[in-house]
Amino acid sequence: MISQSSRITPVILTLLSYSIIGLLIVLPVALILHEALRQGLHTALETLKDPEARSAIRLTACVTAIVTVINTAGGIAAAWTLTKYDFRGARFLVSLIELPISVSPVIAGLVWLLLFGRLGWWGNWLGHHGLHIAFAVPGIVLATLFVTFPYVARTLMPYMEQQGRAAEEAAFLLGAGFWKTLIHVTLPDAGWALLSGILLTTARAMGEFGAVAVISGHIPGVTETMPLHIETLYNGYQSVAAFAMAALLVLVAMTTVLIRMFLERSFRK
Amino acid sequence: MKPLTVTGLRSFPRRRQTLPGFSLSLGLTLLWTGLLVLLPLTALLLRPWQHGLGPMIHALHDVRMYAALRVSFICAFLAVLIDLPIGLLLAWTLVRYRPPGHRAIDALIDLPFAIPTAVTGIALATLYGPGGWIGAPAGKLGLKLAFSPAGIVIALTFIGLPFIVRSVEPVLRSFPKDVEEAAFLLGASGWQRFCRILLPALAPPLLSGAGLAFARGIGEYGSVIFIAGNQPFHSEVAPLLIVMRLQEFNYDGATSIALILLVTALLCLVAVSHLRRSVSSGLVREDGA
Repeated sequence: MISQSSRITPVILTLLSYSIIGLLIVLPVALILHEALRQGLHTALETLKDPEARSAIRLTACVTAIVTVINTAGGIAAAWTLTKYDFRGARFLVSLIELPISVSPVIAGLVWLLLFGRLGWWGNWLGHHGLHIAFAVPGIVLATLFVTFPYVARTLMPYMEQQGRAAEEAAFLLGAGFWKTLIHVTLPDAGWALLSGILLTTARAMGEFGAVAVISGHIPGVTETMPLHIETLYNGYQSVAAFAMAALLVLVAMTTVLIRMFLERSFRK
Repeated sequence: MKPLTVTGLRSFPRRRQTLPGFSLSLGLTLLWTGLLVLLPLTALLLRPWQHGLGPMIHALHDVRMYAALRVSFICAFLAVLIDLPIGLLLAWTLVRYRPPGHRAIDALIDLPFAIPTAVTGIALATLYGPGGWIGAPAGKLGLKLAFSPAGIVIALTFIGLPFIVRSVEPVLRSFPKDVEEAAFLLGASGWQRFCRILLPALAPPLLSGAGLAFARGIGEYGSVIFIAGNQPFHSEVAPLLIVMRLQEFNYDGATSIALILLVTALLCLVAVSHLRRSVSSGLVREDGA
């Protein structure tokens, strides 16, 4: 053991850490809750019952559900393919899957406009056939799919890599098919990693702002998700309503972080 | 993330897989990735050349674009500079001292990543605004934090912090104790041990965290626009200018900014993965992401 040359350094550094966390992270969160409850809990809850607020909550829930299902299915397929088989180009595929993390959310919205916007490649043609993607719900779903694309695959891959292939090979030799092996052998073992990835996808999908802002067209009551509605309320000086909805999202975010930490702690070997 | 093992492939280009279902699962993966990532990014890459070089060159002669890019790059860089010592300090405290409440700190560090950006935006704008808890006292001292480039730096500092802490933490945790003990026995002071032994080992993870935070920072939109003030040539960030150009139906202008941002972010990532690889072959092994 190294004896500390000075007993005071750890105390100073710890106090410094506390104050940085307090100033940088706790204070903004406290402010959100404080502003939301400025006129009491009752008023805050009342603002969430406003028709436009409810429609925003409904739209966000709906988009999040669709996005989570698609990206979970795709993420499982990708993690399985990349960890249980050897093939050329695997490295490239991994980079491609991780790419959306580093793309600016605004660009994640822009790319879909280039395809489906009024001046996009297919926007006009689809519009003539009554199919509206940009400035409508499908566009919001596509933008959110892009932004939350890698999370399930990314959480699953290191764990499935560690699992190896012995269990799957045994199951196959014992006569189990592809789906049986995946559902009864691989996934139960990787269950916590899968859950953690799904939670991350859900949290990110609910809170996505930039990508959705670009493609949704901001139509109140129709294409406004919760984060977009927060912007509208805030810019309209409806501070309590804006922060009430913000507080709702923060509570979800905090719950997600806690559950994921718990999962990591309990199951990581 | 650990690089996946593809060793031995070159000698067996069409090696038989031991598990069934290869084409099915590869097909699903390619369909999913192709439709949701490859297709839209191809549109982004091809679009600028669609009407020849003219409109693209015209779009590249936009002074407002360069001003916005400069604001984004400088603010993201300054935010990373602030995050580096803070992140190192937090990681150090968490790993070495484990003070009371270190679990709470550990959870709190992930919050900037988990809280929706628009929520961060309105919270920071209110907190640092003229009437806010921090903005008001700072205003009395003559400091204008919100609605200026300083506000952008504040927002990006908040956003970037988890990247630094999370990339330094595992390296610090797995740093071999005996190296420090040897230095101690040879008479190095605490400060000397930190500067000569720990810092060189921590430099690669610090840099790779910085790269990730910078790449995220230049593309950040939601947390920035509420606090920035958004004055063209002064406090307008590049992602916001993309949105403005799209509202003007100037797709060429929007796409050229997007391409510059994307290429910069990708260069950062390539540098980061290079660093990761060189780290894992060195003294300290970093475990996956």
